[in-house]
Amino acid sequence: MRSLQATFYRNRWLFSRRIVQCLIIAAFAIELPAGGYFAQGNLSSSVWFGIGLTDPYIWLQSLFAGAPLGKAALIGVVIVAGFYLLLGGRIYCSWVCPINLVTDLSYWLRQKLNIKSNYTLSKNLRVAILVLSLLLSLLSGTLAWETINPITLFQRELMWGSVAGATVLASIFLFDIFVTRRGWCSHICPVGAFYSELGRVGRLRIKATQAGACHGCAECIKVCPEPHVLAPVVSKKAAYVTHGDCTRCGACLDQCSTGALAMSLSFKKPSAFKGIPVVSSD
Amino acid sequence: MVDKTSVAAEIAEPERRKVFRKMFRQLGAATVITMFGKAVLDSSPARAASVLRPPGALPEPEFNAACIRCGLCVEACPYDILHLASWSDPAPTGTPYFVGRTDPCRMCPDIPCARACPTGALSPLLTDIKKADMGVAVLVGHETCLNYKGLTCSICVRVCPIIGEAISLKPIKNERGVLQIPTVDSSKCTGCGTCEKHCVLSEAAIRVLPRELGLGVEGAQSVGRW
Repeated sequence: MRSLQATFYRNRWLFSRRIVQCLIIAAFAIELPAGGYFAQGNLSSSVWFGIGLTDPYIWLQSLFAGAPLGKAALIGVVIVAGFYLLLGGRIYCSWVCPINLVTDLSYWLRQKLNIKSNYTLSKNLRVAILVLSLLLSLLSGTLAWETINPITLFQRELMWGSVAGATVLASIFLFDIFVTRRGWCSHICPVGAFYSELGRVGRLRIKATQAGACHGCAECIKVCPEPHVLAPVVSKKAAYVTHGDCTRCGACLDQCSTGALAMSLSFKKPSAFKGIPVVSSD
Repeated sequence: MVDKTSVAAEIAEPERRKVFRKMFRQLGAATVITMFGKAVLDSSPARAASVLRPPGALPEPEFNAACIRCGLCVEACPYDILHLASWSDPAPTGTPYFVGRTDPCRMCPDIPCARACPTGALSPLLTDIKKADMGVAVLVGHETCLNYKGLTCSICVRVCPIIGEAISLKPIKNERGVLQIPTVDSSKCTGCGTCEKHCVLSEAAIRVLPRELGLGVEGAQSVGRW
């Protein structure tokens, strides 16, 4: 019983994340007894309890493709963009996006199977793909990324009964296992790149709490899907994770046994960092 | 004339050269990839003639840009006729369509699909479903249509939701006597596909086609190509 509790505690962020992700999929997929769904549409644009939400990246592609702006979509974009701007963009990646379930499974298997081979890709690749998708939308007058976007593909093809999209998901899954560590989400997907840029100033942040609590074991860095974001905090050069790439997945918080890290919402103006007061143990 | 001193100066700065070389290489790669991507996007098959857009859809190029592939129209349709195109369907991926022969538009007077559209790809300006333009019915099978054979099948006329206006029987005389020919009034037909759905033949003799395919398009001069 105690160990079960401990297991839950050590995976509290992971479990909450999985619950949220599954609830979001279920809201779109499971028909209510009274007919209809909790959420209509899909992750490119949806209606929740009468409130429309629209993905700002897809809207941006539409804008580049030369579309007139629908009023309903515009309100939805403002709500979604505002939320991620305020809290941090890549919350989408680890709490909402269904592909995260696939790539996390890939990563877990990769660890279990002890696959070390890794084809190194640049983190800038996804930014390049982001720019490319907007450029191609502009040139071709269609939503370039939406022709292959696995997020909406997942909802369209799998949830609505067809299996053509399963091949794409399978290739992402295998790519992440065998080719590149965290290949899709951290290196290729332009949606993540977009939200990373959008959420640069997001205020929900991983924070170093107590002075001297960190033993420097760097376990948090090992489990972080975007390890570079934690480096300044662990090396005690910053008190907050400020990098836009942080997905707020909480893996570091689950892992940290010392309570040196916390996630908190702070709207205070970030003052110039003066260094965490380190109480040396000797 | 080559300015020798500046050439020499550049060689003296190999770092600068490296940066430029890298820049040009990346620029080249970006150009090639962009052209390739554009070619891929442009070569994706255009919408097939049998694929019809929901009522109020903007003209195809604008629709392609404005539709964000969310499927709200699909869920709003009370008759479940709409689908989002998957990769194997003959329409741009993710865009909504219906096929008249399988399941025609029932022409709901409140147009729930268009009302659900968040972007205006299905125009909010369409308020009268009878003004919708999903295509136009054309009697293509003059050799197979039973009415042309002297029978009075006329099923297409009888099922039309705008009965007596969009399609009606017009008598023509030929060597077999007087034939009652289903005749479409293209200004009234909304292209809902009900006639195509109910045609008794194995392949429909009357079909809903995109307007320019079904009727042809006049040029600036009514008798010329241009």
